[in-house]
Amino acid sequence: MEVLEKLTSKDFTSDQEVRWCPGCGDYSILKQVQTVLPDLGRPREEFVFISGIGCSSRFPYYMDTFGMHSIHGRATAVATGLKSTRPELSVWIVTGDGDSMSIGGNHFIHLLRRNLDVNVLLFNNQIYGLTKGQYSPTSEQGKITKSTPMGSIDHPFNPIALCLGSESTFVARTMDRDPKHQQAIIRRGYEHKGTSMIEIYQNCNVFNDGAFEVYTEKSSKKEQTLMMENGKPLIFGENSDKGIMLDGFKPIIVNLADVSANDIWIHDETDMVKATILSRFYDNASVEGHFPRPFGVFYVDGKRPTYDDMLNAQVAEAIEKFGAGDLDKMIAGKETWVVN
Amino acid sequence: MSTSVETLESVVIRFAGDSGDGMQLTGTQFTNSAALFGNDLATFPDFPAEIRAPIGTLAGVSGFQIHFGSTKINTPGDQSDVLVAMNVAALKANIKNLKKHGVIIINTDGFDSKNLRLANVPEDKNPLIDGSLDGYDVKKIDVTKITRAALVDSGLGTKEIDRCKNMFVLGLVYWMYNRSTKNTIDFIKSKFKKNEAVMNANIKVLEAGWSYGETTEMFVNRFEVAPAQMEAGIYRSIMGNQAAAYGLIAASVKSGLPLFYGTYPITPASDILHELSKYKNFNVRTFQAEDEIAAICSSIGAAFGGSLAITGSSGPGIALKGEAIGLATMLELPLVIVNVQRAGPSTGLPTKTEQADLMQAYYGRNGECPVVIVAAQSPADCFTMAYEACRIALEHMIPVFILTDGYIANGAEPWKFPQTKDLQPINVQFAKERKASDDKFMPYLRDEKLSRPWAVPGTKGLEHRIGGLEKQNITGNISYDADNHELMVKLRQEKVDRVADYIPEQTIDNGADSGDLLMLGWGGTYGALKTATQKLIDEGYKVSHAHVRYMSPFPKNLGEVMSKFKTVVIPELNNGQMAKIIRDKYFVDAIPYNKIQGQPFMSNEVVSKIKEILS
Repeated sequence: MEVLEKLTSKDFTSDQEVRWCPGCGDYSILKQVQTVLPDLGRPREEFVFISGIGCSSRFPYYMDTFGMHSIHGRATAVATGLKSTRPELSVWIVTGDGDSMSIGGNHFIHLLRRNLDVNVLLFNNQIYGLTKGQYSPTSEQGKITKSTPMGSIDHPFNPIALCLGSESTFVARTMDRDPKHQQAIIRRGYEHKGTSMIEIYQNCNVFNDGAFEVYTEKSSKKEQTLMMENGKPLIFGENSDKGIMLDGFKPIIVNLADVSANDIWIHDETDMVKATILSRFYDNASVEGHFPRPFGVFYVDGKRPTYDDMLNAQVAEAIEKFGAGDLDKMIAGKETWVVN
Repeated sequence: MSTSVETLESVVIRFAGDSGDGMQLTGTQFTNSAALFGNDLATFPDFPAEIRAPIGTLAGVSGFQIHFGSTKINTPGDQSDVLVAMNVAALKANIKNLKKHGVIIINTDGFDSKNLRLANVPEDKNPLIDGSLDGYDVKKIDVTKITRAALVDSGLGTKEIDRCKNMFVLGLVYWMYNRSTKNTIDFIKSKFKKNEAVMNANIKVLEAGWSYGETTEMFVNRFEVAPAQMEAGIYRSIMGNQAAAYGLIAASVKSGLPLFYGTYPITPASDILHELSKYKNFNVRTFQAEDEIAAICSSIGAAFGGSLAITGSSGPGIALKGEAIGLATMLELPLVIVNVQRAGPSTGLPTKTEQADLMQAYYGRNGECPVVIVAAQSPADCFTMAYEACRIALEHMIPVFILTDGYIANGAEPWKFPQTKDLQPINVQFAKERKASDDKFMPYLRDEKLSRPWAVPGTKGLEHRIGGLEKQNITGNISYDADNHELMVKLRQEKVDRVADYIPEQTIDNGADSGDLLMLGWGGTYGALKTATQKLIDEGYKVSHAHVRYMSPFPKNLGEVMSKFKTVVIPELNNGQMAKIIRDKYFVDAIPYNKIQGQPFMSNEVVSKIKEILS
C-alpha cells in the first residue's frame, strides 16, 4: 500500500497573493482549514473547493487543491454535479450569507435536503462586503447601510433554523475568533457523512465591524455564548454559573445554585426537536432576558443516506439487473423491419 | 357486401378530439403499425399546453397528423385526406386543412347541444345538419353508443368505458387501410397487463371498430398503401427527443465517459430526461435539479469532474442558463446544451414549434461569449447532431448548443439506424499525473485546436483553480491585464472558428449546385423545404435546397455554395434570424421568408412563395 506523504499546511497554500482586507475574519478561516486538512490522511489531489461570488468565494484561489470560483450563488449546484459523479472526492463549498441565502437560496436549501456528502463553510458577516456595504439577508432589521439610509426593513434569516427546516443532517456554528473551536467543528464536519453545514461568524472589519463582538470579546463572551457539547449540560456565564432548563417545551435560564444539576438540559445532537429550540436562541443580545448564542453542533443525523450514494447505487443496481448497456440493442429498440 | 380496394401512393390522416380523448395515443399506434408495415412516414402531434384543457372547447382540441406512403415522405402533409373528429370543436379547428372531398369520420355523440355550446356553435349551425359539410365524404358514427354497447358486460364504469372510444376509431381506420390490429393488441396487452378488465375492453372495442368497417355498408372503398421503396437496411420508427437521448448515450459509450444530464422539466424537452433516466445501466446519471440554473451548474460540476455533461431545456430555461453558459465558456470545459425550441418570447406557446432561439444561442450572454451551435433537421437527425454536439464539445473543450424544436422533437419518422461501430470515434484524453519535479501544470496551455487540457480532480500534481474571472493566458491565474483580456477574447472566438476544420462541408440537398434560386434552410423545416424544392424542380424551376446543420461556425464553403445562385432565400419559422446572421457574415442579399405561427411550413406555401420571388 502506498504510504501517504506527510502533508503540512504549506502544501495547501497556493502561490496566489491573498487579497482580503487586512484584519478580515476570512484569514482565520483560511488558516484553520489549512491546519485541519493536512491531518485528515487524504491526498491533496482529492480535495476540491468550490465557491460562488463574494469576498469568501476567493477562498479556493488560496488553497493549493483543485478549485472552482463559479458564479454567484451556484457553488452548491456545481458541487452537486461534481460530487454526484465523483463521490470519492472530498468536496467543500465556500459561501457567504448573501451567496448562500440571497442569490443562491434555492440551491442552498435543496443541497441540504438532498444530503450530498459535501462540506459547507458559510461565512456569515451579515453584510455585503465585495459590493461595498449593502445589507444582507442576515443583517439585523433597521441596519443603516449604503442601500438603506433609513434603515433596513428586511427581516433577517435565522440561518441555523433555515438549515434545520431544510432537512439538513449536520448543522453547526463556530466563529472566526476561536481557532480551536473552528478546527474542531471543521473536522467534525469533514467526518460527517452527508452535507455538513457550518455557519462561521466572520467579522467584516470594513463594512460591519464588531457585528459579533459580544460573542468574541473576552469581557462578554462567557456571558453571551453557549458552547454546546454533546452529552454535556448546557452551561454558560462568567463563572459557568448559569444553565438552560426545559420547562415543557419552553427553555428557561436558571442559576445553577438554584437547581439540581440533574435538571439542566443535557445537549443531545441527535434530537431534532431540541435542536430546533436551540436554533431559536437568536434574540438580540441587548434585550433583557435574552438567551446566550449557541455555538457547536446543533444537530447531526448520521444515518440518512447521501444523495451521491443513492444515485450511484441506482446505477449499480441497473447494471446488475439489466447488464451493462448494449448500445446497438438500445438503438434498435423492440420493433424493427428490414427493407431489401 | 363487397368493398373495392383502391391503391394510393400516400395518405394524410388527422385524428382530432378533445385533449382527453386519447388522440395522441391513437396516432402513435397508427404510426407504429404503418412503420412496421414498411411505409415511409412523418407525423405531427399538435396539442394544447394544458393537460386537460376545458372539455369540448376549441382550446382543448388535440390533433395528431400522420402522412404515410409508398413513396418518400418528407412532411406530415399540408392537408389531410381523412379527418377524424371526435367532437364539434375538433371539426371546427381542423376542417380548413381537410382536402376538398375528403373523408370526415364523425363521432355524432360529440355534436350534441352541449358540445355545440362549448365550441360556440349555434344550434342552427350544427355542421351535421346545416349543409356546411356538403361536398365532403361524411361518415357519421355514434362511437360513444357503440362503445358502450360493446362493453355493457365488461363490468367497467361509464367513465372507463368511454375512455375506450379512441380504440374504436383506430380499429375502423385500420380496417379502412387494410392494416392488422396485431401490433396495437400487443401494445394494449403490455400496457394494461395489470388490469385485465381494461385490457380486454380496449381490445374488444378495437376489434369492434374493425368489424364495423367490415360489416356496415358505410364504406364502399378500402385503401391500400404499399410499403415504400426505401434504401435497403434495418429500420425503426423514432421520435426526435428519443433520438437526441440515444445520440447523447452513443457519445457517452464511444467516448468512454459517463453521461450526466442536469435538467429541469420543461415542455417540449422533458422527454429527453424521461428517456435518459431509463438507461442508468449505461452509466447514465440524470439529475432533476431545483431549477434551470442548478441544472446547468450541476452539469458544469460534472464536466469539471470528467463526465460527458449535458443540460437540456427550451428557450425560457436557456434564458436562465445564460450566465452559466458564460462560465462554461470561461472555464473552457466541454458542455452540451440542448434547446428544444418552442414559440416565444417568455412562456409563449409552449407546445408549438418555432426557430426563434438562434440569436439567443449565438448572442444570449453578457460579454463576448461565442459558442459552437449545431441544429438537427429531422427526428432521426436529432441522433446525429446530438452525437456531433458531444464530439465537438469533448474534442474541443468547449460548450456546444444543439438546437432542435418541438416539431421534430415530437414528430416521428422511419430511421435506418447506424451501428455503433460505424460512428465516428470520439477521442478524449485527460491530462496526466505529474510529479513534484515536473514543470508547473499550466491549465490554459492550448493545443492546435486551441483547446486546453482537461485536468480532472483526483489527478496527482494537477491541482489548479479555475473560475469565471478573466484568465491569464497559459497559467489560468486571475488577470486584470488589459492586453491579456483582449487576447483571451480573441482566442475564445478563434477556438470556435477553428471547429470549422473539423466539421463536414456544406452540401446541396436537392437540385443543381448553381441556378436561379437557393433555398437555404436550417433545423426542422427540412422536410417541407425538401418537398417544395422537388415540386419546383419538377415544374422546371432552377431551384436548389441546402440545409445548414452546423450553425456556428458555419461550414467553410457555405459562402461559395451561396455564391453560385442568383438569389438566396432563407425560409425560417422566426422573424429572420439566420437571414440576419448570413447577411452580416457573407454580405449576401439573402431574402428572408418567415412564418411565425407556431406551426411548421406547408410545402405548398413554400412553393407559392418561391414562385412569387422568381416572378
